[in-house]
Amino acid sequence: MILSGSEIVMECLLREGVDVMFGYPGGAILPTYDAMTKYPQIRHILVRHEQGASHMADGYARATGKVGVAIATSGPGATNLVTGISTAMMDSSPIVCITGQVPRGAIGSDAFQETDITGITIPITKHNYLVADIRELPYIIKEAFHIARTGRPGPVLIDIPKDVQTEKIEFVYPEGEIVLPGYNPPKHASEEQIADAIELIKQAKKPVILAGHGITISGASQELQELAERAGIPVTLTLLGKGSMPEGHPLTVGMMGMHGAAACNFAIQEADLLIALGMRFDDRVTGNLKTYSPNSKKIHVDIDPSEINKNVKVDVGIAGDVRTVMRQLLPGVPSKTHPEWISKIRDWQEDGDERDILHANSPGKLLGAQVINDLWKFTGGEAITVSDVGQHQMLEAQYYPHKRPKTMLTSGGAGTMGFGFPAAIGAKVGMPDEEVWAIVGDGGFQMTLAELATAKQENIKVNIAILNNAFLGMVRQWQEFFYEERYQATPMFNPDFVKLGEAYGIPSMRVEHRDQIEESVEFARQHDGPVLIEYVIEKEEIVYPMVPAGADLHNMIRRPKPGEVQA
Amino acid sequence: MTQNGKQTLSALVENKPGVLNRVVSMLRRRNFNVDSLTVGRTANPFVSRMTIVVDQAKGSGKRIASNLFKLVNVIDVKVISDELHVSRDLALIKVRNDDADSRNALTLICERFPARIIDIGPAVAIVEITAQQDIVEAMIQELESIGIVEMVRTGVVAMGRGVRIMEADDYRPAVEAIKKEDGNYQVYGV
Repeated sequence: MILSGSEIVMECLLREGVDVMFGYPGGAILPTYDAMTKYPQIRHILVRHEQGASHMADGYARATGKVGVAIATSGPGATNLVTGISTAMMDSSPIVCITGQVPRGAIGSDAFQETDITGITIPITKHNYLVADIRELPYIIKEAFHIARTGRPGPVLIDIPKDVQTEKIEFVYPEGEIVLPGYNPPKHASEEQIADAIELIKQAKKPVILAGHGITISGASQELQELAERAGIPVTLTLLGKGSMPEGHPLTVGMMGMHGAAACNFAIQEADLLIALGMRFDDRVTGNLKTYSPNSKKIHVDIDPSEINKNVKVDVGIAGDVRTVMRQLLPGVPSKTHPEWISKIRDWQEDGDERDILHANSPGKLLGAQVINDLWKFTGGEAITVSDVGQHQMLEAQYYPHKRPKTMLTSGGAGTMGFGFPAAIGAKVGMPDEEVWAIVGDGGFQMTLAELATAKQENIKVNIAILNNAFLGMVRQWQEFFYEERYQATPMFNPDFVKLGEAYGIPSMRVEHRDQIEESVEFARQHDGPVLIEYVIEKEEIVYPMVPAGADLHNMIRRPKPGEVQA
Repeated sequence: MTQNGKQTLSALVENKPGVLNRVVSMLRRRNFNVDSLTVGRTANPFVSRMTIVVDQAKGSGKRIASNLFKLVNVIDVKVISDELHVSRDLALIKVRNDDADSRNALTLICERFPARIIDIGPAVAIVEITAQQDIVEAMIQELESIGIVEMVRTGVVAMGRGVRIMEADDYRPAVEAIKKEDGNYQVYGV
């Protein structure tokens, strides 16, 4: 069959199982948009800013595990994808971005809407392509999806010049296996590594499991639970690891790190064995590396060999797929309990509970923590929550326990404000039967709120919860702690979010008192389409505990217990 | 074994446009200090070979190698400085040659090194030396006494000794190459 380059793109996308794309048209990608009209099986969702398209593809990928697809034109269209691509890169999220490019003859001539997007995205993509010859196009698309979804997932960009899109050729789909001699993700551990790891587990008296995003990506939740239960090992989670082990399980201690539970951080510092599974010892999680878990042996399993011994020197480093490796480990793992160790951790947990703001009296004030915790209660803890970045993000991590993987979506590595709302749209498109809540702050929401039109036009039911404190909260907290309360550039004028929602034809309500929260969840559920709820919260709230940047992990700034005075 | 705190890596990469850019971009991004980098053809026209000398202070050879392996266009990587190997650096050095003293000194120095005078004139002469990097450095130091006017170096190439080889003879790109009239191969998307 003789097909144009654009039609070949669509044919290949179909064969990759793509059924939705998020994009924005333009001159250089117009032939592909025209080809879309012949392929109604692939739904195209028009966004309002290409950044929204990249975050939607990312949210779709995180919620479903499939590759998300974003499409944009050349020049500014492509550069608007950059933030979303780098967000996906930092959190190992599989997306494929297709951008138009000026015709091959014009490349390098500073043509209209020309930009070297492949050059720009080299540092932030797993790999990228500039299609120079139409005969390579089917191979490139097949390779791109393979690279995006295998090994350590990541974003791949394909830049297609306009004349390649319009050129016609006999379409032959490459049926065979992909041959990429330079790409070989590791799979399993050697017998020696397994034996060493099991020996360490046998000897440990104070072991801790650190479970991260890799568990979710690899689908290893069951193996994780088995390992923890059989060997009696408490589990701490990274931000992106939340949901990999059900929170509420007796062995799940909570989230670790800068705003994690104090019990987790103390446990890690005191441990004699750390089993790190699918996590990369990010600085938010370790605090000062020089004093990090000084007396422990360490086992590190990660699919990316360059992460092993990158930040933390480990005793047994295993480059492999975490689910495969755990299945190799489990047969040899002894049945053990560590009642004294667990009891010590429980003491730390109780101390943390006493300081919890939810137990404090706060008459007349609506606290972000209360909003999140009540949302958790009234949604049964089952919703997919997509957060933006800031204090609300940390409160979401602390006060909305998750039971299943892929239900807590957030920009962890990159910390991209504006991620939450469009990613929620992508998540809902990918998981239409789930209840999806975008929990965002007033700052981040305003960065990508134009996608309200997208949600309305496509009738994508996202419940938008805006925690509005008229501040860039997390920055304000740092200014309070470290810059003597000099609130430079943090107080914000905000629009009336309810009127804004209504301007987009979206049912909206405002919550100012705690007893309205249950009602707001019902309000959200009674409407078929998107819904916007503004929660007016206390202006100056502090997220505790906090490990200041670069401080030792055990030296947290903690909320004083009731009756204590802040040190 | 490393020489003066440096690691030498050898990488086989696909011969496609932009691959050098990707490698160098990664080295800069990971904050590795590159001493020298050279790239050239291999027996397989679709595969190029890069030799990179990196300052060890920033990271072990294994760490650099694992980052190189992450690049899809990189086929194989060896930390050559960790094994028995031979290495060469080529330098062209233009020296002052305008009086009897400097001419005599130049001849004497060249006799002691694996070097040749390849160009000579009334004012300057060009010396070529191909040797291990430290021997090249030593000669350059000697020539400074005469006066170095200009210098160009290729950077280090290296090869492991013995029967174990680093080659990718059977690699072919996915789409069959077409040889153009000028003898070069069709340009590919990266």
